[in-house]
Amino acid sequence: MTDHALIKVGIVSCSGEGIPEGTVSRLACRKVLDEIRPGKTVTICLPLFIAGGQEERNFTAKFPTITVDGCDKRCAQKSTETLSGKPAKSLVVSEILKQKKIDPPVQRRNLTPHERNIVQVIAEEIAKAVDEVLEREITTSD
Amino acid sequence: MKKPTGKVVVIPCSGIGKVYGALAREIAYELAERVRPQSVLLTCLPLLLIGDEQAKQLVTENPVITIDGCPMKCAHKSVELHGVEVAQSYLAINFYIAHKDLKPEGVAELDETGRKLAAIAADELATVVDDLAGGEEK
Repeated sequence: MTDHALIKVGIVSCSGEGIPEGTVSRLACRKVLDEIRPGKTVTICLPLFIAGGQEERNFTAKFPTITVDGCDKRCAQKSTETLSGKPAKSLVVSEILKQKKIDPPVQRRNLTPHERNIVQVIAEEIAKAVDEVLEREITTSD
Repeated sequence: MKKPTGKVVVIPCSGIGKVYGALAREIAYELAERVRPQSVLLTCLPLLLIGDEQAKQLVTENPVITIDGCPMKCAHKSVELHGVEVAQSYLAINFYIAHKDLKPEGVAELDETGRKLAAIAADELATVVDDLAGGEEK
């Protein structure tokens, strides 16, 4: 039987330096990794798939992975699919905000209170996805 | 060497796991938003990874500065992957080595000392941007 504590979910974030949704994606992912689901999540820098070696490219083989993109160009999802493997789940910040009827962020740094709230909302969505993937993995492994 | 276009593309490390990735990104923001807003362009590094035509065109037509967060040099390598020669390549840690009194902290976001270091680094890069852009913006 698998030790469930050893099962971790990989999170690959859009880095989106060019757009405010990229900043939200990065900060929300970090919040999940450090505060909301520490010990259950791991990450890798997206471009490391290219700059790194086979070890980095095996990321999705080692961890069921959730990609978090800032916009509908879905760089994180596409790069992960191309270079590592199919993600277990793919989230897009702009789509989540649209569904929840929340005004999009405007700034790329020095976030306003509204933008900080957006980070929290997205982090909770990521955490929900982490729980779903973990539950699926645990069910499969038993 | 590319013909000056008046614009320079700055591509920082996109890492979310290390303080020097955050420093690289903050230096890029300082350049694009405060120091040289008329000449510095930013693009998302992963856009290059997926071969986005607009991102490719930007790095093909304009001089490129990369600022990496670690020796893996993802930003530098990702630009070269498209057959583009990087005009100037930096490692963020070297700005700290040059200013040992400003030790940056923070991974998701830099602390105040880190932001101060980023501002100084961006000021130091202004002349590099001016030279590459082919004109002086002040």
